[in-house]
Amino acid sequence: MKTSPAGDPMPKLSCRNVWKLYGPAADKSLIAQGMTPEQIRDAGHIVASADVSFDVMEGEIFVIMGLSGSGKSTIVRCLSRLVEATSGEILLDGEDLLKASSKELIDIRRHKMGMVFQSFGLMPHLNVLENVAFPLKLQGMGAKERLEHAQRVVNLVGLEGREHSYPNQLSGGQQQRVGIARSLAVEPEVWFLDEPFSALDPLIRRQMQDEFLRLQSELNKSIVFITHDFLEALRIADRMAIMKDGEVVQIGRPVDLILNPANDYVREFTNDVPWELVLTAGDISSDRPIPDGIKTVDASAGVASLLPYLAENDGIGVENKESGERSYLTGRDVIAALATGVQTSDTEEA
Amino acid sequence: MLRDRTVFTWGMLTLFVALCIVFADSLGPLAEYPKAYFLPLTDPMNAAMRSFVEAFGTIFKGIAWLLDWPIFVARTVYAYLPWPATLFIVCWLAYLANGRGLAIFAGVSMCYMVVIGYWPETMNSFALVTVSVPMAVIVGFFIGAWGFRSARAHRVIMPSLDLLQTIPAFAYLLPILLLFGFGATVGLVASVLFAFPPMVRNTIIGLRGVSEEVIEAGQMSGATKRQLFWNVRVPSARRQILLGINQATMASLSMVIIASIIGGTNDIGWEVLSTMRKALFGESLLAGLVIALMAMILDRMTWGFANRKRELAGAGDPNTRRSWQIIAGVVFGLIVLAQFIPIMKEWPREWRWEPGPVMNDALQDFTVTYRLALEAIKNFSFFFVMLPIKLGLQEAVSPFTWGFAMSPLVTGLYALLVFAICGVAWLRDRQLIAVVLALLGICLYGGLTNMPWIALSAIFVTLAWQVGGRNLGLWTVAGMLFLVLTGIWEPATTSIYLCGVGVLVSFVVGSAIGVAASENDTVSAIVRPVIDTLQTMPPFVILIPFVMIFRIGEFTALLAIIAYAIVPAIRYTEYGLRNLPEETIEAATMIGSSRLQRLWQVKLPLAMPSIMLGLNQTIMFGISMLVITALVGSTDLGQQIYVGLGDGDFGVGMIAGVGMAVIAMIANGITQNASKNMQRKLGMQVDELA
Repeated sequence: MKTSPAGDPMPKLSCRNVWKLYGPAADKSLIAQGMTPEQIRDAGHIVASADVSFDVMEGEIFVIMGLSGSGKSTIVRCLSRLVEATSGEILLDGEDLLKASSKELIDIRRHKMGMVFQSFGLMPHLNVLENVAFPLKLQGMGAKERLEHAQRVVNLVGLEGREHSYPNQLSGGQQQRVGIARSLAVEPEVWFLDEPFSALDPLIRRQMQDEFLRLQSELNKSIVFITHDFLEALRIADRMAIMKDGEVVQIGRPVDLILNPANDYVREFTNDVPWELVLTAGDISSDRPIPDGIKTVDASAGVASLLPYLAENDGIGVENKESGERSYLTGRDVIAALATGVQTSDTEEA
Repeated sequence: MLRDRTVFTWGMLTLFVALCIVFADSLGPLAEYPKAYFLPLTDPMNAAMRSFVEAFGTIFKGIAWLLDWPIFVARTVYAYLPWPATLFIVCWLAYLANGRGLAIFAGVSMCYMVVIGYWPETMNSFALVTVSVPMAVIVGFFIGAWGFRSARAHRVIMPSLDLLQTIPAFAYLLPILLLFGFGATVGLVASVLFAFPPMVRNTIIGLRGVSEEVIEAGQMSGATKRQLFWNVRVPSARRQILLGINQATMASLSMVIIASIIGGTNDIGWEVLSTMRKALFGESLLAGLVIALMAMILDRMTWGFANRKRELAGAGDPNTRRSWQIIAGVVFGLIVLAQFIPIMKEWPREWRWEPGPVMNDALQDFTVTYRLALEAIKNFSFFFVMLPIKLGLQEAVSPFTWGFAMSPLVTGLYALLVFAICGVAWLRDRQLIAVVLALLGICLYGGLTNMPWIALSAIFVTLAWQVGGRNLGLWTVAGMLFLVLTGIWEPATTSIYLCGVGVLVSFVVGSAIGVAASENDTVSAIVRPVIDTLQTMPPFVILIPFVMIFRIGEFTALLAIIAYAIVPAIRYTEYGLRNLPEETIEAATMIGSSRLQRLWQVKLPLAMPSIMLGLNQTIMFGISMLVITALVGSTDLGQQIYVGLGDGDFGVGMIAGVGMAVIAMIANGITQNASKNMQRKLGMQVDELA
């Protein structure tokens, strides 16, 4: 892994102080003057994203979660330069993407980036195989080679047998598989997914999330995943950012957000979360010694899976395989953790 | 408040119009604009045209010479190909486009063309179409692409298209004739000019309609600008672009047929016209049928290609390549075979099927037998509907026709009747309707063509102002002034009257049929193929049956206008009523409305924007047919255009043509705005039907 001069691992993709303003006279000067988003809005401009910074590490799934109008789609389009940021830096492998010429940009898109769209964005006039091979065709790859290559990706996403169907003959889930396959055809290093599963039915959505995680375990891409679904973010994210009104509210691991929400806005999302499904044994166990004769589980085990055992026993041993730390988790610990969420919502109502 | 002001405006207008009619005699130049003050435009226009032709004539003659070549090639090819080979190719294309049904239809139709003996004429017309469509498509596509790219270009292109499409077909022909000289080129240039606007529109709509995500996906695939346009945007807009080709083809055919009135091209349109002039209506109908069949085949074929399922495609597919080889083989075989079998080369004269004379006799019998009934229909409509609207009750009512004269007593009774009806409406709190009814009553008394120009203009300007705001109002003022100052007010009012009556009948009857079709699937199933066929028909052909029975005259013109203009009235009404938000209808049902209540109080009000667009299209169709009816002797602007064409008088023809376009654009502006106002009020959007 490349490292920065300071010795930390260097992020694959890095978003630094990115602003995007819309409006008649919205330009850098407003930002250079140090105006706050509120001031800029009062001046009659639209602030789609305000001073957004985050890093995406190699092989990491970074989720940006926000409601509609929060600026999450804008920021992913700034990252891919489908939308030109008003100011800021976007570093891909340390190179500022915003400084790339349009020719360089085309080259980067052809080899380093892939993107999946909410409504799929498939070419209606091409069949599945041709759609997947389309980016390769634009690069000038020969017909035979690109179709073979596309076939491999089509197999990867499980669409064998539908190669010659046209998009309007496919279900939503199948269409998004095509979209995914197309974005993977160039073997990108950075993978953008803009609400890829939002247009799908809940059951299909769940399947596709599993499918996505399976693919990622094989491919190990650096991923920016946009969603408005907090639970989807929790399921998928290594780290996530919550956005509101164009600004990042909080960045962290899902469990950090749940246990330490930065403000009430974040807390409101966590209220609906089935905590036992999100928390792991390691998150809530205490350092007390483990009594003898008790079962021990891995720290990454979900709390929900331990509930039957805890119902019959006082506690359970927890072992972190990486650090070798051992700790103890009692039924009371679990109840206490779950109660934090309940308490907060009670105090809010009062 | 707003309503009161509207009522006040219309009330003042009604008063004004009434005063104008009462004191018409003392209005002087405000009633009838004096001839001495007509703008002397025709002579300078002719002079300008002459010097233009003198200066640039050689260039245009050169272009004409160039354009003659593709026409010559196409004609030679079609003349060389033995008819079974052409038939085979067309049938196969029809099969590819739309399956077996269309292939059989095309085959049978073409056999008819052969047997009836019009094959060479048909091929001559078809040759023009095959040359003009690709040209129109290419020109239209690039102008469309330009209009899509540049907002400024778009602002220039759209109104130019409106103008090109509202200037009557005949008016095109004259300048082209003067510039390019006699010959098939005139038909070609005219049909390209007439056919490319729909291509431009569809190209722009198609290119704009490509979803943003598809474009973004293209960009993220690393497309260059050029790749993004040609590999992403254009193919994604494919269906709309192909629909553009369909519309361009139909427009081209229609114009090719119209252009044959210039004569000397030995095509099928000329055949219709010359037989019609010789009163050989049987032959005329048979030739007209050829055009109708050609139109239907071309329409279904191009439409089929636009809507074809994609899995049949794939040029690299070995099966496709193989079938192409087979086709080529068969065609070649047929050509060789034709060298030995003369029937295949040319259908012998003595084998022709010639039902023309028989039909003429039958028609003769029919008109003789039913003379009284036919006369009665014609006279009744003429004396009791058309004349009153045209000349007003004050002149139309005479002892000879109505049985009594418009004496002061009768006039008083009429005034009382109108007043009573308005009073009832007013008392029921429908003030606006009452005022409008009063206005209509006064207009009916005065007559459209007899009304002082200032009064009629005031009505149009007020309407335009009320519906479309100040800009449309001012445009209407300018348009009216143009009609008055150039001295074409009189024929213009005749046009307005003829078209007005035609549109009124079409709209009332058409909407009624549309309502019936929307409520009843059987009616819909019967009506649909009829209106589809009528719509594909070049307007020229629709004239034939009416001329056969009612001979030339205004009544025939009116019937032809109705037959053509009724189509959009039916289509839009049915479409509007059938495509309402389902939940609203369900809600109305659950509230406990009866079927009639639902129709009158929910569906019709909601479908109003669509019905209004239907009215708009009815007027446009009416106007385009109106011009063609000049061929059967209506005495309006269309006739002036026709006369200008016949005399080679550019000024007269062009001014009349522009006058017609002015009327069309004002009517278009008013009805479009009315529909938009309603859409805004109801918060919905209605698309124009293709």
